Amino acid sequence: MTEPTRRDFLYIATGAMGAVGVAGVAWPLINQMNPDAATLAAGAPVEVDVSSVEPGQQIVVKWRGKPHFVRHLTEAEIKAAKDLPAGDQKDPAPADQRLGGPEGEGDGSEAWTVVAANCTHLGCVPTMVNGSIEGWSCPCHGSIFDVAGRILSGPAPVNLPLPPYVFASEEVLVIGSDTAGA
Amino acid sequence: MSGGHSSYQPTSGIGKWMDARLPLPRLLYDSFVSYPVPRNLNTWYTFGGILALMLVSQIVTGIVLAMHYIPQVDQAFESVHLIRRDVNGGNILQIWHAVGASMFFVAVYVHIFRGLYYGSYKAPREVLWILGVIIYLLMMATAFMGYVLPWGQMSLWGATVITGFFSAIPLVGEGLQEFLLGGYAVGQPTLNRFFSLHYLLPFMIAGVVILHVWALHVTGQTNPTGIDVKSGQDTVAFTPYATIKDAFALVVFFILFAYFIFYLPDYLGHADNYIQADSLKTPAHIVPEWYFLPFYAILRAVTFNIGIPFTDIVLIDSKLGGVLAMFGSIAILAFLPWLDTSRVRSANYRPLYKQFFWLFVIVCIILGYLGSRPAEGWYVIFSQIFTFWYFAHFLIILPVLGLIEKPLPMPASITEAVLAKKGGAASTPDGAAAAPETKS
Repeated sequence: MTEPTRRDFLYIATGAMGAVGVAGVAWPLINQMNPDAATLAAGAPVEVDVSSVEPGQQIVVKWRGKPHFVRHLTEAEIKAAKDLPAGDQKDPAPADQRLGGPEGEGDGSEAWTVVAANCTHLGCVPTMVNGSIEGWSCPCHGSIFDVAGRILSGPAPVNLPLPPYVFASEEVLVIGSDTAGA
Repeated sequence: MSGGHSSYQPTSGIGKWMDARLPLPRLLYDSFVSYPVPRNLNTWYTFGGILALMLVSQIVTGIVLAMHYIPQVDQAFESVHLIRRDVNGGNILQIWHAVGASMFFVAVYVHIFRGLYYGSYKAPREVLWILGVIIYLLMMATAFMGYVLPWGQMSLWGATVITGFFSAIPLVGEGLQEFLLGGYAVGQPTLNRFFSLHYLLPFMIAGVVILHVWALHVTGQTNPTGIDVKSGQDTVAFTPYATIKDAFALVVFFILFAYFIFYLPDYLGHADNYIQADSLKTPAHIVPEWYFLPFYAILRAVTFNIGIPFTDIVLIDSKLGGVLAMFGSIAILAFLPWLDTSRVRSANYRPLYKQFFWLFVIVCIILGYLGSRPAEGWYVIFSQIFTFWYFAHFLIILPVLGLIEKPLPMPASITEAVLAKKGGAASTPDGAAAAPETKS
């Protein structure tokens, strides 16, 4: 090995600057694929009137282009959610973390399930089933979720995610923000 | 493209002038006229040519369709149906392209299984084989993105499921998925970019096909005996022998193709894709196109987390596990030249491998069937069993077979094998003529 010369240093420095330049030119060509400003702006919170949703009913609310389940639980469903043993859950979470509702309503504050409706496996929308189980079943790959959106079986690794949400009043649900003033 | 000497003799003045400047006619002559091919190639060896024409067919119909298609979420679905109703000849063109995708995969699967049966991936053809795997991957990407463009229910939910694979990657997955989709969910940016890429990828396939053919012409073709060409007697000229044989097979294949276009135009499609995409409602039973079904079954077979036994520590959750198994089932093909330890190429002389080959074909077909079924009950359990077999074929059976199998006696040359088969007066020194010539 001969001693590196000043010329070697210049070659490497030139090559390195060239690589930085190529990366700088390539970046906008790659970054253009990320969500654009309009898409990001459309991610603002949405308000929904839920006064007509009776216990046992659910509506689907679109936020950020994705469906979200808003389900008003019946007494029996609340009880089933609370009694579900942790051993039956793949991603254990107590019912009170999963359920919500308007403030100061007593039991009413646990009468709602608000979850992202895309299966955590590969994003299909599960359908409600009332039969041997109470909850959602994903038609794509067979994942089963309970009425609080917790994964019971199938390939989905975690529970249906909870979006940030808040009941601004008894009738109005805000999805996309968890502070009442928003 | 041929490695050896050239026998091209330009006769005309223009021919000589061109040959001294850009010897393109010489390249074509050496590659497709005088190029020597083994004299015993059978029908299974015609699918390479069929595939080349299928690529041309897809590119030509695709360019024409792009003149009428609108990549916009409110209009895409309708524009495809207007192509079928209003565009002159559009009902044939759209179906030609859609059925063509299926026929392309029919041909590629025959081509791949032919390679598996005759050991076409073995030295010195590893690079040729790997280029083929790359073409296959590009075909899958192209077909997937093309299926999204009509913007039906299966388009949207197929796109959601397949881009969901990337969200399984730890840490960067969610961001990567949003990067690919251009949003939080499959939408306008997704459709737009898939249209752009669907137009680009076939030309990339064409580029890799040129490398594939180049690599083929360096090593020469395999043949049903799997033994190397030893003399000029073992070969015939590409033209007319291979060209006519390829052309005949092509005509037969295109009769099948035309039958589907004219008599079963929507048979290979899915009814749900004739409903416009709805991001709030997943079809009750979502399946990919038939050519992806075996991989879909493998994806769904992993319903369990993989962790450290007797602890709650999860190393690979079921989602990532399924995605890894699915990509692994394709990636493993690239390692096949080194997984198969037998030096004998052709299954005709490998009595055990021949049986395991056909078992593997059956396993792939069963996986395809399971992929079309709902993911519940026994279907899941059988998917797991056959997924295990799929991987065991490559990781256990092939390495072990090469060590324990006793190959049958091989003929001394291709010529000898051909003459023995014809019952002619071949010089048959030893028991070589007893080699079975069971056709697959």
